[in-house]
Amino acid sequence: MTAATLFGLCGAALVGLGLFGTIVHPQPLRKILAFNVLGSGVFLLFGVIARRGAAAAMGGDPVPQAMVITGIVVAFSATALAIALLLRLSSISGSATLSTDTSARPDGSGGGR
Amino acid sequence: MIAAHVFDAALAVLVLGVAIWTVTAGPAFAAVIGFVAYGLLLALVWVRIAAVDVALTEAAVGSGVTGALLISAAARLRPTEQRAAAEQPGPALRFAAAALAVLVAAGLAALVLFPAEPAPTLAPAAAAHLQALDVGNPVTAVLLAYRSLDTLLEKVVLLLALMGVWSLAPDRFWGGAPKLWPGGQRGGELTLLARLLPPIGIVIGVYILWVGAVAPGGAFQSGAILAAMWLLVMIAGLQKAPEIGQWRLRLILVAGPAVFLAVGLAGFALPNGFLSYPEEYAKPLIIAVEVVLTLSIAAILGLLVAGPPESERQR
Repeated sequence: MTAATLFGLCGAALVGLGLFGTIVHPQPLRKILAFNVLGSGVFLLFGVIARRGAAAAMGGDPVPQAMVITGIVVAFSATALAIALLLRLSSISGSATLSTDTSARPDGSGGGR
Repeated sequence: MIAAHVFDAALAVLVLGVAIWTVTAGPAFAAVIGFVAYGLLLALVWVRIAAVDVALTEAAVGSGVTGALLISAAARLRPTEQRAAAEQPGPALRFAAAALAVLVAAGLAALVLFPAEPAPTLAPAAAAHLQALDVGNPVTAVLLAYRSLDTLLEKVVLLLALMGVWSLAPDRFWGGAPKLWPGGQRGGELTLLARLLPPIGIVIGVYILWVGAVAPGGAFQSGAILAAMWLLVMIAGLQKAPEIGQWRLRLILVAGPAVFLAVGLAGFALPNGFLSYPEEYAKPLIIAVEVVLTLSIAAILGLLVAGPPESERQR
């Protein structure tokens, strides 16, 4: 098995793992973490495609590699925005939960500043 | 060759192990620490599949800057953790999620094991015009020349994310300064690090930017390193976070995308259209765009980690 195939399988497993965590974790922070694992698995699969496209004295196809670099930076901006939303939610409601059951919140009001 | 195979197999097992830890660990803080280690291991994987530029970005942005953001968020959210963790989904949903995850992973694994032949590649096309651009690193050439529209739009995404983060501030704090997670006391190890590391880090950042034209490196990686140095100084309390209302700060933030856009629009007048460079000036133009972009990226990444303003504007 080549290194590319091995890490491709690794990327497939990471996508599954991240998907599972994103669905089952009740805490939004853990969902964000799991979603980042999912995303990095997708990037890794794309990197393996780049590796298979090695040609013209290059170790890999530079186009997917450049797209992954852009993707990592965009994933970071989305994560930063999600974290800011989450911190704001917890500072307004005193809890960090996505539950729509307003009685679960300490003030029962469900928001307001 | 055997040693390389053993190393690859061990690396894959480690990456999967740390990823499982990140998803299943009990306390959120432990999971975040796992995620930072996971990012660094993943950077090694990128080196092993001959993508050193991606490895640098993963280590600096995917693990480093994201890690700083997540660690401070996990610390702030710790009081709310118990209540949120109590809402575990039932076994039926867990089973369904596991089944879906296995299905998706198996489908992707099948794609890896039985890929399309011959492998699609744009490498020869990318190599064909490297000479004309006078840029030795094909990834930099793709980012700043062939697919520069992606890079330009990505800068806009970064700016939009920052606007989104800032807009979450309560009205009374608008224009004020973000408050960073308070680190150690003055005179502690953190202060020492914040005095020692930045000079070295800034030199490394500038080097990675400069060498990006011919070897792995470039504006993203350099910007992330500079942002890390800035954050270190702010977290140690040696320098306050800037007030977001300052026009000079805003100028630095938009300078990168603005210069990029101006060079792109100039392409209409000179060569073949939007975002195309005149051949004899391609290299200096690419370097000029990269230098300004690096400054903007460093400022935006740092401020995204710092979060929305949390104090009223002075004066």
